[in-house]
Amino acid sequence: MSTNPIIAIHNLNHYFGQGALKKQVLSNINLDIFSGEIVLMTGPSGSGKTTLLTLTGGLRSGQEGSLLILGEQMCGAGDRKRMKIRRNIGYIFQAHNLHGSLTALQNVRMGLEVHPHWTPAEMKARSQEILEQVGLGDRVNYYPSDLSGGQKQRVAIARALVSRPKIILADEPTAALDSKSGREVVELMQSLAKEQGCTILLVTHDNRILDIADRIVNMEDGQLMAQTPTLA
Amino acid sequence: MFNPIASLQRRTPLGWLQLSHQKGKLFVALAGIAFADVLMFMQLGFRAALFDSSIRTHNILDADVVIFSPQGLNFGNLATFPRRRLLQAQDVPGVAGAHPMYIANVVWKNPQTRKETAIRVVGFEPDFLAIKLPEIEKNLDQLKLPDTFLFDQETRGEYKQVIADLNAGKPVTTEVDHRTIKLAGNFSIGSSFGTDGHLLSSSENFLRLFPRRNVQSVSLGLLKLQPGADATQVVSQLKQHLPNDVLVMTHSEFIEFEKGYWQKNTSIGFIFSLGVSMGFIVGIVIVYQVLSTDVNSHMAEYATFKAMGYSGGYLLTVIFEEAIILAILGFIPGSIGAIALYTMARNGTKLPIAMTTARALTVLIMTLIMCVISGAIATRKLQSADPADIF
Repeated sequence: MSTNPIIAIHNLNHYFGQGALKKQVLSNINLDIFSGEIVLMTGPSGSGKTTLLTLTGGLRSGQEGSLLILGEQMCGAGDRKRMKIRRNIGYIFQAHNLHGSLTALQNVRMGLEVHPHWTPAEMKARSQEILEQVGLGDRVNYYPSDLSGGQKQRVAIARALVSRPKIILADEPTAALDSKSGREVVELMQSLAKEQGCTILLVTHDNRILDIADRIVNMEDGQLMAQTPTLA
Repeated sequence: MFNPIASLQRRTPLGWLQLSHQKGKLFVALAGIAFADVLMFMQLGFRAALFDSSIRTHNILDADVVIFSPQGLNFGNLATFPRRRLLQAQDVPGVAGAHPMYIANVVWKNPQTRKETAIRVVGFEPDFLAIKLPEIEKNLDQLKLPDTFLFDQETRGEYKQVIADLNAGKPVTTEVDHRTIKLAGNFSIGSSFGTDGHLLSSSENFLRLFPRRNVQSVSLGLLKLQPGADATQVVSQLKQHLPNDVLVMTHSEFIEFEKGYWQKNTSIGFIFSLGVSMGFIVGIVIVYQVLSTDVNSHMAEYATFKAMGYSGGYLLTVIFEEAIILAILGFIPGSIGAIALYTMARNGTKLPIAMTTARALTVLIMTLIMCVISGAIATRKLQSADPADIF
């Protein structure tokens, strides 16, 4: 494990609303995540987990403190800078958010098209390859409506990982799945991420998947609580 | 280096895939655009037919220069001027000949149905062939017989039997103002917004039909120039030479004069332009409905693309791609429908209404503009596709 953090968060504060309605949602967050680490974040609803995730993913602009993603300062970063950084991050959402008019292969390919250096032939081969890795080699031309929930989430994982991003951010990826497919999906994420050496920050309520983590952090009322190292 | 073709090839045709994924919706959208296109085509077609039909008679006049009374409004409503002006015109160098044409609208009895209907009668000098129509040339001798006329077989109305009889060589008789006349042959000019059709004959026969008209009161003077004479120069000399009670125009100026009358002095041009705008607006509303529904139903997907690092500009291209595909695909059934309706309208009204390349291009460009405007309105919703909301 490298000693250089991929994600370095220091004294991060974040507020929603303006004036009298201004409400602090994150206070004094400090978190370093190193390359190849799998970090799970738990905590009650409304504790600020998702806000921290969207800040880390460059989906929101940071307000106070320091938030370094892949060495880039995200606090006060403009739209263009955040858009650039987003291309190096794979997202897995609670809902699969696949495009209904695109086949599994075309959906995965969208994850590559955003990077200009891939040629069409490479994009096709790589998308095919990753779909085989997630066990959907025989369903590449299926539309999302013809896939089961677990299969859709696996396509979403393939889309997030296809460009070999340095960071995967996942927000309750198992919430919409039954326990068996949920487990499969998380294990798949884990093995692919280990293989590609990528860092995972995963928000979850699901106690059954806590064992895949290298580290678990707990968020409560906008503050990070004790960091529990797992037994594994 | 930026290569647009290569970047187009590597791009997933997202707009097309979105549209074609929902065949039913696409079909309805295309039907709507085709409808708007047909509306625009019909309005433009009728407007052009109006202007084209009004100069049908002008196009067959074999004259370089015309003179007529300044009180004249259009070909069907020309005031008269003294025939002496034609003799004076012949004094001007370059004028080879000047001859009168008598024009009047009259109510006649349709020989087939025996119903009274309006028709325009044109009288000219058979010895001075002022009309470029081969059928007239063939029947010139007939016109020298008293009360003998030639009939416009493109006249709007029920004349099938009359035309068949004339073509078979059987003369047809009918009445104009209690006077019996004989139809001896056919020619083709066609109807216009001003008249249903035409009867042609010699000046003598015209004056027999209109005893109150004087041979000295001419509707239109037709001048032929000597070979090599410059029409504009002769016109300016004629203007100096002739008194102010006549206007002098070249043949092409006379055509513009007629078109200008219908454009400026009637509300017909305005009405059809309004019709075109209506079609255009209907099209914008339809395409906007289609595109905004599409944007709304793909909001989560678009936000996901933004989260993946696609720019807002990328999403704009998807909407405009859809707009342009809709425009082009909707234009095809629209123009086919318009051609079918043109044929129906042409057969029903005898107006010169037909598809032209220029009009097809105009409507295609208007359709593209229409779809792009709708697309631009629909993209306003895109800004609310916030990737932070989908986590």
